[in-house]
Amino acid sequence: MTGILHGLAMLRGLWAVAAALLVGAGLIVAAGADPIEAYLALFEGAFVDYWGLASTLTKACPLILCGLAVALPLRAGLFNIGAEGQLYMGALAGTLVALLVPGLPGPVHILLCVLAGAAGGALWALIPALLRAYQNVNELITTLLLNFVALHFTGFIVSGPLEEPGAPYPYSPEIPVSTMLPVLLPRTDAHIGLVVAVVLAIVIFLAFRRSTAGRSLAIIGQNVQAARYAGIPVRRTMIVAFLVAGAMAGMAGIFEVLGFRFRLFHAFSPGYGYDGIVVAFLAGLSPLLTVVSGLFLAGLRSGAGALQRAVGVETTVVEAIQGLVILFVAVGLAVQIRNATRSKAMPPAAEPAADEPRP
Amino acid sequence: MPKAPAPGGADSPPAPPRLELTDITKRFGPLLANDRINLSGNRQSIHAVLGENGAGKSTLMNILFGLYQPDGGQIRIDGRRTTIASPRHALALGIGMVHQHFMQVPTLSVIENIVLGGRGSGVGRKRHGRRIAALAEQFGFDIDLDARIGQLPIGMQQRAEILKLLYHEAEILILDEPTSVLTPVEIDPFFDVLRNLRGAGKTVLLITHKMDEVMAVADRVTVLRHGRVMTSVTTAETTPAHLVELMVGRGIAPLPRRDDGRRGPAFLSLDRVSAVNDRGTPALQDVSLTVHQGEILAIAGVDGNGQSELAEVITGLRPLAGGAIAAGGRNLDGVSVAARRHEVGIGYIPEDRQRTGLVLTHSIAWNTVLRAFWRHPFARAGLLRPRRIRDHAIRLVDRFDVRLQSIDQEARVLSGGNQQKVIVARELDGRPRVLVVAQPTKGLDVGAIDFVQRHLLEERDRGAAILYISTELEHLLDVADRVGVLFRGRLVALMDRAEATSVRIGAAMAGLADAAEASAVTDGVP
Repeated sequence: MTGILHGLAMLRGLWAVAAALLVGAGLIVAAGADPIEAYLALFEGAFVDYWGLASTLTKACPLILCGLAVALPLRAGLFNIGAEGQLYMGALAGTLVALLVPGLPGPVHILLCVLAGAAGGALWALIPALLRAYQNVNELITTLLLNFVALHFTGFIVSGPLEEPGAPYPYSPEIPVSTMLPVLLPRTDAHIGLVVAVVLAIVIFLAFRRSTAGRSLAIIGQNVQAARYAGIPVRRTMIVAFLVAGAMAGMAGIFEVLGFRFRLFHAFSPGYGYDGIVVAFLAGLSPLLTVVSGLFLAGLRSGAGALQRAVGVETTVVEAIQGLVILFVAVGLAVQIRNATRSKAMPPAAEPAADEPRP
Repeated sequence: MPKAPAPGGADSPPAPPRLELTDITKRFGPLLANDRINLSGNRQSIHAVLGENGAGKSTLMNILFGLYQPDGGQIRIDGRRTTIASPRHALALGIGMVHQHFMQVPTLSVIENIVLGGRGSGVGRKRHGRRIAALAEQFGFDIDLDARIGQLPIGMQQRAEILKLLYHEAEILILDEPTSVLTPVEIDPFFDVLRNLRGAGKTVLLITHKMDEVMAVADRVTVLRHGRVMTSVTTAETTPAHLVELMVGRGIAPLPRRDDGRRGPAFLSLDRVSAVNDRGTPALQDVSLTVHQGEILAIAGVDGNGQSELAEVITGLRPLAGGAIAAGGRNLDGVSVAARRHEVGIGYIPEDRQRTGLVLTHSIAWNTVLRAFWRHPFARAGLLRPRRIRDHAIRLVDRFDVRLQSIDQEARVLSGGNQQKVIVARELDGRPRVLVVAQPTKGLDVGAIDFVQRHLLEERDRGAAILYISTELEHLLDVADRVGVLFRGRLVALMDRAEATSVRIGAAMAGLADAAEASAVTDGVP
């Protein structure tokens, strides 16, 4: 049953992608190029070409983790728009450990950095979680606004106390070589953070299905009143969901530093936290499909250059396609919600003794 | 029965009935909600439409009110064939409906509500006021027309609804379960209103599932079951027992009585309990009571007098503002909902079975373990054990005779009665020592009510201490050993079943209990 549902959810994602590519083809034609040739170049540049694939995998890591950071609290009906801020705070906390804790063997140091990153993101997520659980403050707004606080706070740290002397742009000193993540593909940036992201997606998938905590989240997401009646500790569960989500986004941030940039730059994220929302919805909130949709969005980005080189169409077309994907996912959701409300208004089909429909 | 004056000469045929439905059929997917229904309503008559939930009453009335279009059959009004396109059109044809939930603006006056949305609204309020006052006078409505409608008691709000229909010149008035919102003392005056309407030549259609109402005011009764007309007779030529049998499809044996006062030791006790509602205003004040093992203490009262809060403070869903609650000698202060359920043994059948008692979008199997899925034997070390959950669900639905196709169906596809069975099964399983039961019979049909009541009586005989909260007096009196009454958050009366007449309870529900008696109600709490 759940398998079918997940299949349908993915199908909806596929429809959104297909529709976006179709409209995008129109844009490419309008720009005077052959859309089939363009898309082939895009695909090759993203998944076939060695360097392109490496670039896709590098970008997929933060996208998948941020997708999970959105999908997990949404299981309980909570909107985490704050993955971006949690990513920055995770990157900051992990970078501090990398730079300021000396004399550890590499693997231990890396582990400590990652844990610090997860903790940084989790603590940042704890603020909106507590406000929501105890004061019923809308988490959508608090998480969103805290993004800007986190962005400027890390900016302040790397342009002041932690600034590389003589740097032309606010960034920290380089992290020790021993703390740099091992790579997946030789001679590229693709690092093992992606493996961790995929493993976490599988763990969360299993937790949703088989753990009592996953069950609690699902009940809270469907009906808070019933969850309280059931005896589920609703506040605690909400807070834990946010902590785990923050840890995911925080890891996205620290992996980006340890595996790709090797310094904490001011405003280094191209919006991975916000893209996580798209990743999660495109995956129909399924943790496993988050991996697929994360790879897809990463591929769109890394293949954009190849597309431009092959057919001479601006990379903005790819940005348009990404925007169209969001649009069509939203349309799909709207249709689904409307159908759901309609089917509730209709009498249940399977039960002849059912209550009569009321207007 | 009075005849309408026949128009035309002596040899012309008698006047057609004001309302005549022929072979009305309405289908929702595979469900035949109305199957060739015939019904006629004469001038100057009260016609009851009797049936259980799901019998097709509401569908039929919604067709009459223009909300649904029938798939087949004819509607004639005064002999002319008509299609009713919309509620507005229905009103133009002289058909008015009083819903269970009134369509009113609480901050406007009665007059404003009546004029609102009608013909010529806004012009000449004085003139409208005079006309409405004249109508109220004519039909004997004792109502303050300038009062804000939200401040009037619900019986008065209902009169305002009826007055609105009269003002819009409705000739056929459809009343959907009109007494379900009334206190016992408001019911007789309401019946007088119906008789006045009949006297003025109106056609009244009374939708109900209550036998005594049919016998008390209706001239004629049509019984529906499974979307079909079972019979249509004058009330003079039938009996309540016969009507029940037609409505339910079988006879219902009366519940066993037990008046010997046999009961065990005190188990659940509330000592001067106070609580506030969600808006922060006092909902319970100094409520003291004791429920013994093997006893059903019933709490009557008009909806909204603190009953929900009472159930919630006992089950741990609402904090106490004052006082103390103990069960089996253990003070429940600071004990969580889950601990009360599993350690103290408090089962809770909540009032709102769709929004509290069940997660409608989850399977029936999950709902049978809603309050225990994280515990042995359904989970181990934080991991669920699906096979044990399924086995448990199958055993429960079997034992409690829940009618379903599969335990993997979503709970929302079940009928109201079967949803309640799932909740009852879950809460009665594991032999609870205390049962808090809120509105267990509300909205259920006769068969399901009988099922719930019998199971509660069994639990009582087993030794459970049961607090039974209900606004439905007739069902409450069927099972109660003692009856308390909540009024404005206070326990204003407490009596043994033998003394608990509906007149006494009704008076207390309306706040008419003697003040001295009210303040003296205690229940042997030390």
